[in-house]
Amino acid sequence: MLVAPSPELGLIAANGPRDPAPELVVESGVVVRLDGRDASEFDVIDRFLVAHGLDLGVAAEAMALPERQVARMLVDVDVSRAELVRIGRGLTPAKLARVVGMLDPVELMMALKKLRARRDPGNQAHVTNLKESPALLAADAAEAARRGFDELETTVGVARYAPLNALALLVGSQIGRPGVMTQCAVEERRNLELAIRGLVTYAETLSVYGTERVFADGDDTPWSKAFLASAYASRGVKVRFTSGTGSEALMGHAEGLSMLYLEARCVSLARAAGAQGVQNGSISCVALVLAVPGGTRAILAENVLAAWLDLEVASGNDAIASHSAIRKTAKLMGQFLPGTDYVTSGYSVMPRHDNTFGGGNYDADDIDEWLTIQRDWQVDGGIEPVDEDEVVRVRERAARAVQQVFAELDLPPVTEAEVEAATHGYDSGDLPSRDRAADVQAADALLAAGVSALDVALALDRRGFADAAEAVIAMLRQRISGDYLQTAAVIEPDGLVRSAVNDPNDYRGPGTGYRLEGERWELLQALPHVVDPGSLGVPPADAGAILDELGPAVSSEDSNEVVVALGPAFAGVLRETIGGLPHEDVLGAVVAGVREGGATPRLVRVRRVADVAFIAHDGARLSGSGIAVGLQSKGTAVIHRADLEPLDNLELFGMSPLYTLASYRAMGRNAAGYALGHRVGPVPTELDNFARAKLIVRTTLLHAHESRAVVEGAPAVDVTLVRTHAFP
Amino acid sequence: MPVRFDPETDYPLGSLRPDLVRTPSGLSLEDVTLASARDGTLDATDVRATAETLRLQADVARAAGRAQLADGIERAAELTRMRDDELLAVYTALRPGRSSAAELAAWADRLEEIGALRSAAFVREAAAVYAERGLLVRG
Repeated sequence: MLVAPSPELGLIAANGPRDPAPELVVESGVVVRLDGRDASEFDVIDRFLVAHGLDLGVAAEAMALPERQVARMLVDVDVSRAELVRIGRGLTPAKLARVVGMLDPVELMMALKKLRARRDPGNQAHVTNLKESPALLAADAAEAARRGFDELETTVGVARYAPLNALALLVGSQIGRPGVMTQCAVEERRNLELAIRGLVTYAETLSVYGTERVFADGDDTPWSKAFLASAYASRGVKVRFTSGTGSEALMGHAEGLSMLYLEARCVSLARAAGAQGVQNGSISCVALVLAVPGGTRAILAENVLAAWLDLEVASGNDAIASHSAIRKTAKLMGQFLPGTDYVTSGYSVMPRHDNTFGGGNYDADDIDEWLTIQRDWQVDGGIEPVDEDEVVRVRERAARAVQQVFAELDLPPVTEAEVEAATHGYDSGDLPSRDRAADVQAADALLAAGVSALDVALALDRRGFADAAEAVIAMLRQRISGDYLQTAAVIEPDGLVRSAVNDPNDYRGPGTGYRLEGERWELLQALPHVVDPGSLGVPPADAGAILDELGPAVSSEDSNEVVVALGPAFAGVLRETIGGLPHEDVLGAVVAGVREGGATPRLVRVRRVADVAFIAHDGARLSGSGIAVGLQSKGTAVIHRADLEPLDNLELFGMSPLYTLASYRAMGRNAAGYALGHRVGPVPTELDNFARAKLIVRTTLLHAHESRAVVEGAPAVDVTLVRTHAFP
Repeated sequence: MPVRFDPETDYPLGSLRPDLVRTPSGLSLEDVTLASARDGTLDATDVRATAETLRLQADVARAAGRAQLADGIERAAELTRMRDDELLAVYTALRPGRSSAAELAAWADRLEEIGALRSAAFVREAAAVYAERGLLVRG
């Protein structure tokens, strides 16, 4: 549903009529006015920003810069990211929103490309299923890790399942690719407990909002959220805040302010609270923002704001944005093309009906399309192609590993049937149901017994998964050094942490920054379903000859004759049409048609040219009646007459994939009709406008074979069928 | 002689300065292995960052120009000393409408007691704002 703007309800994307004018008044080092409010009216958000957010050392300079000038700096490749980040520290939310509100979509993409914190883009996956099957969670996690996702997020349908789901994700992720970080989105107390045990490594459940009232409805304040962030970090958890346009309107207290302005307050707050990053880009409210004019642009603008404030950005595209595949992909391009730290904050690696986040904007069934779009644009969207055998291998291994860990830890057994279904099944519907009462009871016992990631490593080791055990230990070492607490950190398989500190975005225009080139580009273009051009159209080595050459063709005096002129590769190098009709049968049909029409067929091979018009015209000039049917190897045909210009014709049959043998027979019949001077109705033809898109590659490859068979300047030769029984 | 820590060039610590990183009981990173897990010398409660390591990470963040992230990690360094249940209790106390001014003051005192001075100041700052914005309960 699309809705007309309604500023009083907060249903306005950006530049709302009630958004305050940017304002910052500082007296004796104290902020006395901020964005239209006097200090006495500051709400908790204003107060937190004043206390921890605004850098008064740069504020006077930054606020004095004209908005238009700052907006131009955002897209100017000669203004460094560092300079923009410095200025951003001194800007108020109203000014931040106004500036990004001036950029059009392409300018926003340029700004995002420049401002992304980490040099290399990445992606995050959702891993859940309706049955909370541990084998399936582990298998999906392993596949996601193997496909290159940097982070995996799960959650629970039933809260008490949390330790089991976290455990399955930890095991699966490290089987798929060591270093992948995991989280289990649950209530804070439970989450912290999982973190302390090393079962999860990051959290992004810390939601912030742009108005005090909605913040309070979310049962938090900026101070409580900032404290929680530090509490998580103290237990070795990478923390990302969550915010996004539309949440305040949805919760009924947007205070008449635009979505983008409120989001500017949120990201300013996230930075002030000490978050290294945010999950932003409307997130779960995306469909609401897409309902208002300029919504898609506002979402991209909020991603830019977060990046500008030097925050890691996991840029949404997780919740379902629209039923329209066209609209949601149009929206995706805003983040996909410039690249963000995580292009989605949850790509559903399983079918979306198993996504218990309510996500699944893109899911398991869209992976091939995603990979193809990466290949189309030469853009890294963070997902790697993996061949089917390898996918099955890691899925089976992860399901098996979690089965063994469950056994070792005395958890309810994971059966062989579960391992089998998790490896090869499509979704949780293929999994046998588990005793859920026993599972939650075991989950409680697991926590009570203090089982930690170290126990998981030992269990893996005892059951023959030493490499996975090593990977879990390596994740524990990461907790000790804390390197992944820095902005936009991901962990390489060898344990090297890459973040905005040691892998900063250095984009400064063409030829700089992250570019999809070299080995990575080789990897992302080699999709499993890519066809080797050499493999098409070539006959098997043992294919016998179809035609015998009789000698140079000369013009005939036989007025009853119709020449069937064949392309250089026809029934030679190539053996069938693009529609899969054997050349032998096509020839048989045309010849039969010519005879049926009362004329005499004569077979000629044209060798000097591959173009069907010239093949047919050369044939016509040799023909006693002046009429010929020209046949290209791919099946395109022309009926020609000697006195016409080569590129003119009597009938052209360009839709070769649609022709049947009956069509070719009709062409022969018509050619005979022209030769004998009868009244001829054109052969009925069909039209399929998708044929070109579907077959243009095959056309090109077949034509390449035809062209290679050309012998420059060679005269046409008469030919005859080796196996005359082929003639009906 | 130990090489001085340079927050601009020594990140990531785990790869470039493992000599500066210890577990709470004093194990080095190279002691944290599958072998030490097997022989029982590695304890699950010991697998965590120390306050000292987190302070180094705060230095890295500050050197990279990220003052607020550094502040947050410094608070985290202090909070390594707090028990899990207390940590969650302070968080809950800071939620809107949960605490009286006296209760928040008591938590600030408790934080000071364990040497968490920044965190204590943070709680006191919150209490003052909550009083003005009506986010306290009567104590």
